[in-house]
Amino acid sequence: MEDQLYRDQILEHYKRPHNFGVVEGADLEFEDTNPFCGDEQHVTIRLDEDDRVAEVAFEGKGCAISTAATSLLTDELIGKTREELLRLPKEYVLELLGIDISATRMKCAMLGLKIVKSAAVGQPAEWEDEGQVGDPSEAAAL
Amino acid sequence: MTVTAGTFPIERVREQFPVLAREVSGVPVAYLDSGASSQQVLASIEAVDDYERRHHSNVHRGSHTLSGEATAAYEGARDTVARHVGAADRREVVFVRNATEALNLVARAWGDANVGAGDRILLTEMEHHSNIVPWQQLAERVGAEIDWAPVDEEGALDLDALRALLGRGPKVLAITHVSNVLGTENPLAEIAAWAHEAGAIVVADGAQGAPKLPLDLGSLGVDFYAITGHKLYAPTGIGALWGRLDLLRAMPPFLGGGSMIRKVTRAGTTYADVPARFEAGTPAIAQAIGMGAALDWLDGELGMEAVRDHERAIADYTLGRLAEVPGLRIFGPPRGPERLGPVSFELEGVHAHDVSEILDRHGVAVRAGHHCAQVLMERLGVAATARASFGVYTTTEEIDRLACGLEDARRVFGL
Repeated sequence: MEDQLYRDQILEHYKRPHNFGVVEGADLEFEDTNPFCGDEQHVTIRLDEDDRVAEVAFEGKGCAISTAATSLLTDELIGKTREELLRLPKEYVLELLGIDISATRMKCAMLGLKIVKSAAVGQPAEWEDEGQVGDPSEAAAL
Repeated sequence: MTVTAGTFPIERVREQFPVLAREVSGVPVAYLDSGASSQQVLASIEAVDDYERRHHSNVHRGSHTLSGEATAAYEGARDTVARHVGAADRREVVFVRNATEALNLVARAWGDANVGAGDRILLTEMEHHSNIVPWQQLAERVGAEIDWAPVDEEGALDLDALRALLGRGPKVLAITHVSNVLGTENPLAEIAAWAHEAGAIVVADGAQGAPKLPLDLGSLGVDFYAITGHKLYAPTGIGALWGRLDLLRAMPPFLGGGSMIRKVTRAGTTYADVPARFEAGTPAIAQAIGMGAALDWLDGELGMEAVRDHERAIADYTLGRLAEVPGLRIFGPPRGPERLGPVSFELEGVHAHDVSEILDRHGVAVRAGHHCAQVLMERLGVAATARASFGVYTTTEEIDRLACGLEDARRVFGL
């Protein structure tokens, strides 16, 4: 029987994450940590002439949930504008994951989305459902 | 005398911890997270309950019966802590919220008065954030410099390097007694002698050491020692700072307010003698009483020598059992008769968070993360580890369940 949390799709994205690496000459980038465990992710994004996402990559070390979530999320970002990135709700990532995420793992699931939004805005994105704030000095200049 | 695991009254001990009857994932919880917070012993729960039902009142304030009883119980708890840690004088025990507050108290009150621009502060790479951040804040306030004593490949403090750094003449050495990640016990008596020769005072973080080891602070040689109640089978919100009486008396207050004053006038305030000088405001009375009851239980029922031997026996069993799990990297000193817990590890191909999640399905509670020791994590080259930590109630069967859970984690991840 397939594991309810560690489904094959999740483990596949964990072991072989999509869009893993760094985009050279990125227009947007941000790095942040999950303060709960110290896991880090670094997202780089290149925009096309219409300011839409042309290329996206992430790197870092994390758990199955955070790695799979960001892998799945980055698959969906091509063609989106910065405004569209900023409007992505957390349910978007939860639907991509397709599993029940407990309160203790929510920060893992949302790490990548938070970093994508932070990259889009150029500073730590604010979240209504968590108190964590990144280091503003890490924000890349736009 | 060596007490083996076989003679330790483990069943009688477990009866004193109501929470151990709790089921998680349909099986009794195997609580291997006492390094984060130990379970509270029944004697402590009942002492808190009795205070709240029969004696609740403020301390050091009224002459009415309840206040007198509350004061006697609160100061009685101070006597118990003093006896338990081997203090020469009960006034050397200051009640605080936790070990973090104890260390902040020293860094603020002693540090601001004694550390200045260009002075050095010596820390170790294995410190908990609570014994790093207050010193970094002090260094920023006064313009002092921080040195770091390194940890070697086996997870022990590099004592030669430590001595060399003491040669730079730091004002203070802040060092943990037992590492909360590696289980390393630092030889504090020896280190304190070197530090004093070099002119440094020694501030010891005893959050992990006090629950595992007999203490005789009157003769250990350190100058301050911080302990916390919630890792000693007592409630949260209470801890103690032990300090040498002459040092405490020479220190200015930490927080200002009620209880810590001698006289307040519009022109100014004179301060109370120690320990009251450092206990501004209404203290955590119920929790202090609970801490006293927990320590009385430890000393009366078990004795800290037996507690230490149990800890060593469980750590030894864990290291032996986990060596059988494929792909497991264990941090800290190698297996040996004096190795203490906790046991931190990394399972190849499975992140610590996922290890913890799968262990929880087996009712096994461990901590995953950086353990508030990010400097050490950087030294070890990992972002997170899983950690099994032990208490007086930990059994070898629970360690067997940990090992089975780890095998299951490998199965789930297709390893």
